[in-house]
Amino acid sequence: MALVVLLLVGLLLTGGAYALFTQTSSAKATTASASDVDAGKKLFAANCATCHGMNAEGTRNGPSLIGVGAAAVDFQVGTGRMPLQANGPQAPEKEPQFDDEQTAQLAAYVASLGPGPAIPEDEYLDASKGDPAAGGGLFRTNCAMCHNVVGAGGALTRGKFAPNLADVSDKHLYEAMQTGPQNMPIFNDANLTPEDKRDVIAYVNEVTENPSPGGFKLGSLGPVAEGLFIWFFGLGAVIAITVWLSSRAK
Amino acid sequence: MTSKEHSGGGSQLEELNGFTNPGLPEHKPRLTDSDPKAQKVAERQVALWFLLSMIGTIWFIVAYFLFPLEESMQSIRLHTAFVGLGAALAMFGIGIGAVLWAKNLMSDHEGIDERHDINGSEEDQAIALEILHQANEESGIGRRPLIRNTLIAALAIAPLPAVLVFRDLGPLPGDSLFHTLWDKGVRLIRDPGGIPSPESERPIRADEVTIGSAYHVLPSGIGDHENTDHPINEKAKAAVLLMRIDPKELNEDPARKDWSHDGIVAYSKICTHVGCPVALYEQQTHHLLCPCHQSTFDVKEHCKVIFGPAKRPLPQLPITVDSEGYLVAQSDFPEPVGPTFWEINHP
Repeated sequence: MALVVLLLVGLLLTGGAYALFTQTSSAKATTASASDVDAGKKLFAANCATCHGMNAEGTRNGPSLIGVGAAAVDFQVGTGRMPLQANGPQAPEKEPQFDDEQTAQLAAYVASLGPGPAIPEDEYLDASKGDPAAGGGLFRTNCAMCHNVVGAGGALTRGKFAPNLADVSDKHLYEAMQTGPQNMPIFNDANLTPEDKRDVIAYVNEVTENPSPGGFKLGSLGPVAEGLFIWFFGLGAVIAITVWLSSRAK
Repeated sequence: MTSKEHSGGGSQLEELNGFTNPGLPEHKPRLTDSDPKAQKVAERQVALWFLLSMIGTIWFIVAYFLFPLEESMQSIRLHTAFVGLGAALAMFGIGIGAVLWAKNLMSDHEGIDERHDINGSEEDQAIALEILHQANEESGIGRRPLIRNTLIAALAIAPLPAVLVFRDLGPLPGDSLFHTLWDKGVRLIRDPGGIPSPESERPIRADEVTIGSAYHVLPSGIGDHENTDHPINEKAKAAVLLMRIDPKELNEDPARKDWSHDGIVAYSKICTHVGCPVALYEQQTHHLLCPCHQSTFDVKEHCKVIFGPAKRPLPQLPITVDSEGYLVAQSDFPEPVGPTFWEINHP
């Protein structure tokens, strides 16, 4: 009897562990219907094909989108970066041109062209499950050199810049890490696991939502901006008061 | 206080320079000196500033209780802002009031205080000489050359220990500037952030580095305190940025062809200008930007300098893949990393 129970417990444990592991590793995207793909194809032909080609194969004016995945489309179209308004050093964020449904249709169409990163699951976007301290370590190693240590953004070469992260949604933060939009490098799941990405999101939310105990932050741009401010306004006030002190009364 | 007319003491010099000393400007009476109404206004002005100061002090006390310090950042922010406003008004009001009082109402008499002579009176000088003379007599320092000379010698060598303890500033760098932890077969691991430890080691397989990826990399074993210098010291030299570029875009020197693996290249992250971490990687232009002085390196061209004050390309780490598919170094960096120093070509 004892042997049977022991065997049963052992089987249940290994089976349970196996189920647990397969569940976490086979994280797959939301399903898109064939009608979504069709609607996306029409939207694509009307709005994107001029640069990316009728079959998203890319032209001289725009890269191929085969294999960029739904996550890239959701980021680029969802933040208004695409469709591109004008040529420039980089595509700026603007008011999105498509609503959520149209964005999802475009994403479904591009995802159907080749395998690529899917739109992240809600589980990895729940910042309350993330560890902001661990995320801070990852952020300082991988992100802070461009985006500033509290995500305030910063300049790159020749008019390009790393944007401020304060108002970026959790989903778009995740997708940016996953797909590396424009000049940002890609941080795939082997480099930053989905849990790591969630920690980074938790950190960004934590630092960008904290009010500054020291008062005016001057954009959190660091010692150069602060030094410039105190040099002109602080020192300027000192000089003005000194001139007034030593002037004669009329 | 003696008050004199300005005497033309420097007139000779001024004539030499072709200028005449204009002397002090003519004294002009203030409005408050003649107009009692203006005097009344000035008086009220001063009192008003002192009143403002009182309001500041009272506001400080009120704000201290009105905005108590609590756990939240918001409460700290409000507390410091309002209490600080009160303190600033309290001090500023007294200061401005005092200055206005002095400028508008206090006596407007102008005068010149001459400096004292630097040397003392003859009497004082004689007393000082007498004291020295007496000290010489009583100590006998002039009569006993043995004591005098040994004292001078003792004083002369006494500072030597202070020079010696400069040794404690640290061991001489030796050849540590020429070597890093990288060596043949050392695996590339992810930089875990902060101080590396043996538990945080995650080696990188070549197939995990997709095109467009950038990995912040350290040598395996860096967290092991027993075999290495402090991990932070080692990290300062051995930090590497790993990138994968479409091999068609890489313009590689034939001599360095086998230093990369299928478009995966590894370069020192320590700027050759003054040693900042160069890690602002643009994955489309393949430019690496140093945040300190904007030195820009072209990863396609073996990280040659295309802009900024750096004078040397970033040293490349030759890498390959081991039997298990993990990325490993082929050797240490072929040249010292970081800022160029005097002996760099003469190890």
